[in-house]
Amino acid sequence: MTVLAARPGKRKTSKIATTLLLLGAAYCLLPVVWVLIASSKSSGELFSTFTLAPSTHLFDNLADLSNYRDGLYWRWMANTALYAGVGAAVSTFISAMSGYALAKFDFPGKGFVFNVILAGVLVPGVILAIPQYLLLAKVGLTNTYWAVLLPSFISPYGIYLARIFAAAAVPGEILEASRIDGAGDWRTFLRVVLPMMRTGLVTVFLFQFVAIWNNFMLPYIMLGNDRLYPLTVGLNGLLNQGASQPSMYTAVVTGALVSIVPLIALFLTLQRYWQVDLAAGGVKA
Amino acid sequence: MTCTGWAFLQEAATRFRTRKVSAMTLTTTRPTSTAAPVASKPVRNRRAGVPYAFLAPGLLLFTLFLAAPIVYAGYLSLRKVKVSGLGLGAKSRTEVWAGLSNYTRSMTDPEWLPSVYRILGYGLVVVPLMLGTALLMALLLDAGRTRPALSSFTRISIFLPYAVPAVVASLLWGFLYLPRVSPFVYALDRIGIQAPELLSSSWVLYAVANVAIWGGTGFNMIVIYTALKSVPTSLYESARIDGASELSIAWRIKIPIVMPSLIMTFVFSMIATLQVFAEPITLKPLSNTISFTWTPLMKVYRDAFVRNDIYAAAATSVVIAVATFILSFGFLKLVGRRAFNQED
Repeated sequence: MTVLAARPGKRKTSKIATTLLLLGAAYCLLPVVWVLIASSKSSGELFSTFTLAPSTHLFDNLADLSNYRDGLYWRWMANTALYAGVGAAVSTFISAMSGYALAKFDFPGKGFVFNVILAGVLVPGVILAIPQYLLLAKVGLTNTYWAVLLPSFISPYGIYLARIFAAAAVPGEILEASRIDGAGDWRTFLRVVLPMMRTGLVTVFLFQFVAIWNNFMLPYIMLGNDRLYPLTVGLNGLLNQGASQPSMYTAVVTGALVSIVPLIALFLTLQRYWQVDLAAGGVKA
Repeated sequence: MTCTGWAFLQEAATRFRTRKVSAMTLTTTRPTSTAAPVASKPVRNRRAGVPYAFLAPGLLLFTLFLAAPIVYAGYLSLRKVKVSGLGLGAKSRTEVWAGLSNYTRSMTDPEWLPSVYRILGYGLVVVPLMLGTALLMALLLDAGRTRPALSSFTRISIFLPYAVPAVVASLLWGFLYLPRVSPFVYALDRIGIQAPELLSSSWVLYAVANVAIWGGTGFNMIVIYTALKSVPTSLYESARIDGASELSIAWRIKIPIVMPSLIMTFVFSMIATLQVFAEPITLKPLSNTISFTWTPLMKVYRDAFVRNDIYAAAATSVVIAVATFILSFGFLKLVGRRAFNQED
């Protein structure tokens, strides 16, 4: 990293480059800045004061949001954390197992399995949502936590990434050594392989976590009970209510702000894991 | 070797990766391995069942939640309900073979073609603008002609929207589009210009496109930027010594090098375009110009859950899935032939 980053500092900084980059940053930050300001306004002020002028009602709005139907909003937040956390953790573990098998073993059918998984990467998950719903309805799992969790456990892209990480990070000699020392295959995987793949697996986890956290159509279709909703579906419902009941807009705006705080925090902390080379499937950390 | 787009892509990726490994030897534990990691020798195993055991959970879930739904959608798309008698009672409604009638019904629905054209127009706006901006920003960051603190600030700011779910992004922009809230309308008003109504029928496509561009540029920028970072700087230094300008270095060296990444981001953006759903659904309460069938996927949703016609919905799903496959594989195959075979 440091070696690659050592670029000559002598070249002059360019005003055009700086301006363009700052314009890009301003465009990307505008809605975030706006929601920060807007959630400090009372519902009367939201549409009457200048849009970028802050007010003093942030804590009132947060209290109102918390009181909305006995803290339903926080339940959505907890649901989202459950869906994204458990979903991404399980999916990462399963991807690691599959990726390890594909990278480090020779077996009949390997090429076929790998090609099927690659094709799976290109299948738009959203298209699957309706048949997934119908199949889960047959076994009575729709409108439960499982309806959102189970489909998120499988990620073809995660398996594809894990295969590349396993191939790159786990030397065959170490596997041999572990076997000679008498460790079983499962033990070798847990104690030797997983730690060596750690950096790559963090990336797989983050990808899945964000994908599930941002997912809308799957829970929108699967869930009817609003106590099971994740934030995206919950906020969408709040916005719909706002159309007939404009005082709800303050809750919507405050809810939107609160919903992006955890992800932005996670994302800023784990920034370095996001250096993804999509074409090579690798990460640089 | 099967000549799928993926195979080309993998080959190209391996080739670029090989180049990278030589630059990264300082950070890897085995500096002697200059071969691509994908080529490292798999371990011969004595017990043949082991790899299958490791693959079992993944393959089981893949079958249940990817393969089975695809097959089931295909099956449903060829079925229909036959109502006998008055249609009362459990036995009077039976599922029968429908041939391709669901497809013809779905494709001749007056709402179908407009939604397809809309999504094509949307894709033509979103994909080039998003990837063009992402490439430009990545090149600007990589050129290092901005103070380091500033460039890391901009990099993080532009990537930040990736952390914002599409529903929340649409919600925020939706408010910013409202004339009474929008700072743009305010600013234009001040200088005496009538601002366009962003949620009116003539602008709403761009309003939705803007949300997608806002949300996707940063991620694609990081992907391209990462590819740029993996190129040894000595390559640029020698070009500079030969008198190449930054612009021609970008055009002649950097863009060709990030081509595989651009192709991947293009394919993923195309797939994302075909499944636009969350943005228009979220903007819908704010604008009466977004119909229930604004995009093909919204039509699928309406057919399945508003009209309870899961057969038409399944047929439309299959059409969208097939279109996605043809577009992505077709594109990968096309660029595979043109771009990568000349690499050697």
